[in-house]
Amino acid sequence: MTTAHDVAAQVRSGHTTAREVLEQSFAAIAERNQELNAFLYLDHDGARAAATAVDDVVAAGQDPGPLAGVPIGIKDNLAMRGIPTTCGSKILDGWKPPYTATVVERLLAAGAVPVGKTNLDEFAMGSSTENSAFGPSRNPHDVTKVPGGSSGGSAVAVAAGFVPVSLGSDTGGSIRQPAAFCGLVGYKPSYGHVSRYGLVAFSSSLDQVGPFTTTVADAALVTQVIGGHDPADSTSMPDGYDDLLAACGRGVAGLKVGLCRDLLDGADAEIIERVRQAAAVLEAAGAEIVDLSIPELRLGLSAYYLIAPAEASSNLARYDGVRFGLRVEREDVAAMNVATRTAGFGAEVKRRIMLGTYALSAGYYDAYYGQAQKTRRLITNALDAAYEKVDVLLGATTPTTAFGFGDKVADPMSMYLSDLFTIPTNLAGHGAMSVPFGNSASGMPIGVQILSPGRRDDRLFQVGAVLEAGVAK
Amino acid sequence: MSEQSPLTKEEVIHVAGLARLELTDDEVTTFTAQLGSILNHAADISSLDLEGLVPMAHPFDLENILRPDVPTASLDREELLAGAPSVESGRFKVGRILGEAP
Amino acid sequence: MSMAGYETIIGLEVHCELKTETKLFCGCRNAFGDEPNTNVCPVCVGLPGSLPVLNQKAVEFAIRIGLALNCEVKWSNFHRKNYFYPDMPKDFQISQYDLPLNEHGTIELPDGTVVGITRAHMEEDTGKSTHLGGSGRIHGADASLIDYNRSGVPLVEIVSEPDMRSGVQARAYVAELRAILVAVGATDGRMEEGSMRVDANVSVRKPGDPFGTRCEIKNLNSLRSLQRAIEYEALRQVDCIEAGERIVQETRHWDEAAGRTGSMRSKEEANDYRYFPEPDLVPLAPSAAWIEEIRSALPALPKARRQVLVGLIGNDDQATLDLIATVVDRDLDALVVEAASAGAPAQLAVTRAANELNAEGVLPSAKSFATTCQMEASGALSATQAKAVLAALSETPDADPKAIAASLGFEQLSEDTLSTTVDEVISANGDEWARFAGGDDKLAQFFIGKVMAATKGKANGKAVISLLNERRSG
Ligand SMILES: [Mg+2]
Ligand SMILES: [Zn+2]
Repeated sequence: MTTAHDVAAQVRSGHTTAREVLEQSFAAIAERNQELNAFLYLDHDGARAAATAVDDVVAAGQDPGPLAGVPIGIKDNLAMRGIPTTCGSKILDGWKPPYTATVVERLLAAGAVPVGKTNLDEFAMGSSTENSAFGPSRNPHDVTKVPGGSSGGSAVAVAAGFVPVSLGSDTGGSIRQPAAFCGLVGYKPSYGHVSRYGLVAFSSSLDQVGPFTTTVADAALVTQVIGGHDPADSTSMPDGYDDLLAACGRGVAGLKVGLCRDLLDGADAEIIERVRQAAAVLEAAGAEIVDLSIPELRLGLSAYYLIAPAEASSNLARYDGVRFGLRVEREDVAAMNVATRTAGFGAEVKRRIMLGTYALSAGYYDAYYGQAQKTRRLITNALDAAYEKVDVLLGATTPTTAFGFGDKVADPMSMYLSDLFTIPTNLAGHGAMSVPFGNSASGMPIGVQILSPGRRDDRLFQVGAVLEAGVAK
Repeated sequence: MSEQSPLTKEEVIHVAGLARLELTDDEVTTFTAQLGSILNHAADISSLDLEGLVPMAHPFDLENILRPDVPTASLDREELLAGAPSVESGRFKVGRILGEAP
Repeated sequence: MSMAGYETIIGLEVHCELKTETKLFCGCRNAFGDEPNTNVCPVCVGLPGSLPVLNQKAVEFAIRIGLALNCEVKWSNFHRKNYFYPDMPKDFQISQYDLPLNEHGTIELPDGTVVGITRAHMEEDTGKSTHLGGSGRIHGADASLIDYNRSGVPLVEIVSEPDMRSGVQARAYVAELRAILVAVGATDGRMEEGSMRVDANVSVRKPGDPFGTRCEIKNLNSLRSLQRAIEYEALRQVDCIEAGERIVQETRHWDEAAGRTGSMRSKEEANDYRYFPEPDLVPLAPSAAWIEEIRSALPALPKARRQVLVGLIGNDDQATLDLIATVVDRDLDALVVEAASAGAPAQLAVTRAANELNAEGVLPSAKSFATTCQMEASGALSATQAKAVLAALSETPDADPKAIAASLGFEQLSEDTLSTTVDEVISANGDEWARFAGGDDKLAQFFIGKVMAATKGKANGKAVISLLNERRSG
């Protein structure tokens, strides 16, 4: 499938209709979704109604919006009224929210056509989509490999050509890591740029919604639609930020790029090599490359695996069988809560709830949660100090390319380590982007990661667009 | 896992109770080892001297985000209750509640 | 059972519902008594994906409360208090923990006692359960039904220092606190509807000893039950100690019907609320300018309002103070002050306002009220007649009391008529008169009654007495 830019241009100009585009999308999905398990649910009726509405607007000679007729996959942790929202969990199986997430409302208002809900690790906890209660998604580049996670279904939906764009959520790398594994652009906006209202919370102070696209410009286009202040989210930044589409064409001349050792060490040699090539592309385009090290980034993993589970343990308390979702009946309410949660949550979710409950419990708060919050400050301060010297950081998105099913399931710590390079930006609340930059010898995609200071996401698009053009040569 | 676990099986069972989860004996053993391994990894930060650093709860220092006291539409009750496991007379129905709120 | 040799130590936690239009973190209506689950949205039912946004008016009310209680209003934030309970939709309560909005205040009781206010923090209310089967109480019920209309209603929790020493004093504290909260407009203060809920921490000790183990008593929904429960609980604890038993720190439930407190939990369950900063909300840091703006708009507080009336009357005996407290509590003091400045005698106006005026109903205009009081004071109306005129004014608040008195047939008896009637009554009751003349004052009431009967209630009691005394001494 072509880009969101192209689809919208063709629908707006009347060269094609939103309905035609949508039916092509449904046809592609019908052909391969069984195998890849990207979509958990397809909203045939709603999507057709939305597409028809766009076509009616075009026919009436009015503006159908910047995403006119663009089919979009929605990660299944974003609420859509009347549409099943499972979060990849048995505990929400069958639940239909009575309201719609702000980002989906904004997509609809911009003429986009949400086609369905995409697979994910249960409650976005995981790095492979193997933790979905509804089976794993498969990497279209090699179906014996994971697509990454937690937004694996959204990555697969774009990588397999089902849709030009999908939305994911990124708490510790859940957009960037699957984007790298599947050869896509994956963008995590600065915290507070995109509304979390209607995003089922995993870790509230880290979660951020963002797009999977095939081009950097598409990521800019989609983010400009879903981003900006939302009064329903108290952590939403009151002001917007720069024109990201314009930034795509700005080039990198004079930009200082920090090639960060701590975002490379431990990665596969061919990944390190690709990052160096990317640096060379930027240097050729007029950027200045600075080698640097921010050793504090290494502490991110520990801080993350205390903070995120702590917040999650509280966010996931409400799945108690009282108001929505699964209930396993018992005579008294407390026993019903226990039976419901025990049956409804998978092992990884239980593990993190346990870890977070422990980290917050009496006697351990200061040693674990409190210490993690201070480490978070330490890492953020270190990044801020680095950005005194450079404008952006460059490194690998992941230490390896996509791994095989089952490779890391037995040892959670090995799975957590695959998020090593993506986690620090979530802790700091900064923006970051993974851009595909060639393949490994075995043909699996490799992503390079760009990091920018908080609220200066425009620089990601400057750099991303140059890298995208550079790799094409 | 050969390293010493920083938490005991009894603590794992206690924490499961706080979180309203029930673990099988096997799960208690596995979780004790796995949580222990994660906590052992976290030793790299528990040993740091972070005196003077302000704990960071939010990425950005927003303050005073307030909403005007103006009513907005409520949900349709039937739509809300349609998603509930059990309802009666316009309310959410649950079994026996043992004990008052703490 | 006796408290001899012991003193009671009391600290109170008062939860007060704020009188906002909408809930604390969502735009649902804050209304009492609506159909179940009709004032609900994803936020206050805790649906996945929903997020809280703080109500500005609730913050303003909370600051008003803090200022009225002489607190420091501070940089604060919200925490999650984690515990599972079906009326708590997120299975955590958004509350304030170590950084509350208001701290370190005081409240002065009418008897001059100063009670310290530890803190006055903001938090959200829970939903409400109805219990099916059994007695309708939670114990023995087969099932419960939950209504989330109250879930998320803004509360301010006011925690006192353990500065009170008796049930009577605790009652006075809650009465004074309630008067302050109502005066600043933050709440309607209706204890029966649950808009003010009191929990009492009670312990006993021998004077000079360290504090004893305390028990918390819940479900105190009137001033009367508060006082009774504390008095019962203190005696229970003394009995325990005297019997050589140990007081167990626990939560106890006040059983109004049985008149006693009972243990609430079958098993002792240690709570671990796992408080941590609410990541979905940002800190609340009211600016000095905002605090000053709220301070300068604060209305006069009950104590100052009572002082005004004491000053007008020039008398502070206990009976008068009680009447004044009633007048201020019912918000009738402005009317009394206005009537006094229109010429009404202040003491009489306070008495009539406290006893005759219905604060919930229609009040007389200040002018009519003043005129009625003046007529009574001058003897133009008897007390009974004045009360009847005030009752009539509740139908037509602006009517002329003189016209009402006339229409009720309360025309004044001429002095001659009254004098003649008194003489007739004396001669018709010679025996009684002899005893009265001989010094038996109790018979005055007998003669007043006879004169009233003869004049169909038109006589002024005071005038009758002075005529009787004239006849006796003459
Ligand atoms: Mg409270
Ligand atoms: Zn609501």
